[in-house]
Amino acid sequence: MAVKILKKESLIPGRTSRLVLDAPHIAATAKPGHFIILRINEKGERFPLTIADTDKEHGTITIVYLVMGKSTTLLESLNEGDEIHDVCGPLGRATHIVNGGKDHKVICVGGGTGVAAMHHIAKGHSKAGNYVIAVIGARSKDLLLYYDELSKFCDEVLVATNDGSMGVQGMVTDPLIERLKSDKDIKEVVAIGPVPMMEAIAKLTKEYNVPTTVSLNSLMVDGMGMCGACRVTVGGETKFTCVDGPEFDGHKVDFNELKIRLSSFRDKEAQSVEHHKCTCGAH
Amino acid sequence: MSEKLPRTEMPCQKAEERVKNFNEVALGYTDEMAKAEASRCLQCKNPMCRKGCPVEVRIPEFIAQINNGDLEKAYEILKSTNSLPAVCGRVCPQEKQCEAKCILGAKGEPVAIGRLERYVADKALAANKKTAAASASKDVKIACIGSGPASLTCAGYLANLGAKVTVFEGLHEPGGVLVYGIPEFRLPKSIVRQELEGLKDMGVEIKTSFVGGTTVTVDSLFEQGYKAIFVGVGAGLPLFLNVPGENLIGVFSANEYLTRTNLGRAYDFPNYDTPCYSGKKVTVFGAGNVAMDAARTAMRMGAETVHIVYRRTRNEMPARLEEIEHAFEEGVQLLELAAPLAFKGDELGKLRSVTLQKMELGEPDASGRRSPVPVQGSEFELETDLAIVALGTRPNPLFIHNTPALELNKKGYITVNEETCETSIPNVFAGGDIVTGAATVILAMGAGRKAGAAIAERFLK
Repeated sequence: MAVKILKKESLIPGRTSRLVLDAPHIAATAKPGHFIILRINEKGERFPLTIADTDKEHGTITIVYLVMGKSTTLLESLNEGDEIHDVCGPLGRATHIVNGGKDHKVICVGGGTGVAAMHHIAKGHSKAGNYVIAVIGARSKDLLLYYDELSKFCDEVLVATNDGSMGVQGMVTDPLIERLKSDKDIKEVVAIGPVPMMEAIAKLTKEYNVPTTVSLNSLMVDGMGMCGACRVTVGGETKFTCVDGPEFDGHKVDFNELKIRLSSFRDKEAQSVEHHKCTCGAH
Repeated sequence: MSEKLPRTEMPCQKAEERVKNFNEVALGYTDEMAKAEASRCLQCKNPMCRKGCPVEVRIPEFIAQINNGDLEKAYEILKSTNSLPAVCGRVCPQEKQCEAKCILGAKGEPVAIGRLERYVADKALAANKKTAAASASKDVKIACIGSGPASLTCAGYLANLGAKVTVFEGLHEPGGVLVYGIPEFRLPKSIVRQELEGLKDMGVEIKTSFVGGTTVTVDSLFEQGYKAIFVGVGAGLPLFLNVPGENLIGVFSANEYLTRTNLGRAYDFPNYDTPCYSGKKVTVFGAGNVAMDAARTAMRMGAETVHIVYRRTRNEMPARLEEIEHAFEEGVQLLELAAPLAFKGDELGKLRSVTLQKMELGEPDASGRRSPVPVQGSEFELETDLAIVALGTRPNPLFIHNTPALELNKKGYITVNEETCETSIPNVFAGGDIVTGAATVILAMGAGRKAGAAIAERFLK
């Protein structure tokens, strides 16, 4: 079913935008951790995006994406009032959120556009009454996403930038290490972002023995438990990201295999982008 | 008199031609061929063929109308019990059903019922014959979840009786396995689309991208005033071999490989955006109809060799004979009495070979087939860069996970009342692969029809 774009906001010009979609049928049951599958046009490919926010009252969901290949380029070409050809969801299992109160300290780490998906989960923890520490990072201040939004409800927001233009200079793991060292009350860590970031965080939190959830961005086709494209090894067992995940125990995920599987269609993806440039006259 | 006539052969695209395209293999009868074949029917007073059909098509009656030259009437008779005749005429295993019961088969060859069914349905679709809209519309809302053969049959049956039927499909295109699973060269999408148009003409509403169990749930549908729900959500997660290396790049489930090429039209990449993995040396594991579909698709996608690797021998292959023969004609090779031990890849994680072990046939197992026994020390390596695993599927996990009140059997499929197809939740019915495990299109349709009748009995009287 086609879904209308109610609002489009460019977060990083040409690279990352935030879309508010008119989708009451999805907003009605969407929870933090869920994702949707999109198809931009009649000939488009199905691809997943994690839901960044939901508004049941207004019947909307929010997505944030990074322009990477043909499908996200096409998505970026759409404007307010346009329709996305197919949007289906909510899919996946919702984040497991305990109502632990302010004694339940959760660190939510986000990198890249993963910050947007992390924001939805952090919000869920906040609504449940937990103590939420957001850790976000980017190359520089201009590329930092969701700082203001997170500041509204998180108990603390820690920032790391590669160039030191905001927060500590370094990676998201830097403020995370400091916190894990100094604060023994951290009950869990949630990490969403590029695979190397999630891998590094999982490695780190294992040393501190803090349970860690990661949200995986495996390749998918149907996204509803039919094709097995998204299989990933967790604790030595094959799991399916679309129906068993997308969130898994970060200490058990085989990140190397995930990285390899994500590269399955790299040559075809490049071919698709080239073909798009030729047909839309962008050369 | 008619017993002497031989069964009329189906004209097909030549193997060397068709392996280069995705067009339909079987071309369909001409008028003359159909007349000749129809004249072979003995018009039995007590037609056994009809008893062999899960939806009880009035076989001798529609064939008689071909003889009379009244194809419109013939189509009407078909549609009265079968909402998808153009599909069934193509993909039903008639040799195990109606044609297996045909009296002519005792001494010679049975009437080619499937081919005649296809002929009549195709003629009607070509003439764009609209199915008459249901006359007395009743104010009873029925929901069908999933849009495969079971759901569509249930929907058609109830719409015919005046119910307001809505079909909810999770994917972006309706048709279920008819669209994502069965390849274009065996069942053209245009045929499925026309059958779907027929249902829409009858007043059936089809909503795509509505996922059963999440976007729509049993509770939400009852709240919206639906009186009964039919669940035909089909098969789910594919079974894998559970051998090392199975997650290497280049190892696919048949579901994924076929969904990419069929639903995603990957055979027309990059005009369509969905890519499919190209393999030069392809291996397919399994020997059912889905394995044949995958092997034949791989040939068309440009493979140099395609090997079906099977633990038993050709005699035990569960696929339809016609599919096996078509596959071999197209150059697919059989590597029988071999089973995989491990997949091996290169430093980039790409599949390079499979380690196989030779098997021999031992004592019969529970299925009555002789069970394969490994031959010790017989391991050998076969080069392969694309492996397709077609071992079957497990139940669709999404709907079941989100509907915990449903009673399931030991294997995780939905338990139903055999007479009515009703589940443990009152007014929720189920049929097709989600009840039986992977089976045929027509068995799913039989269940859809049975459930439709039970729903009609309860709400449309």
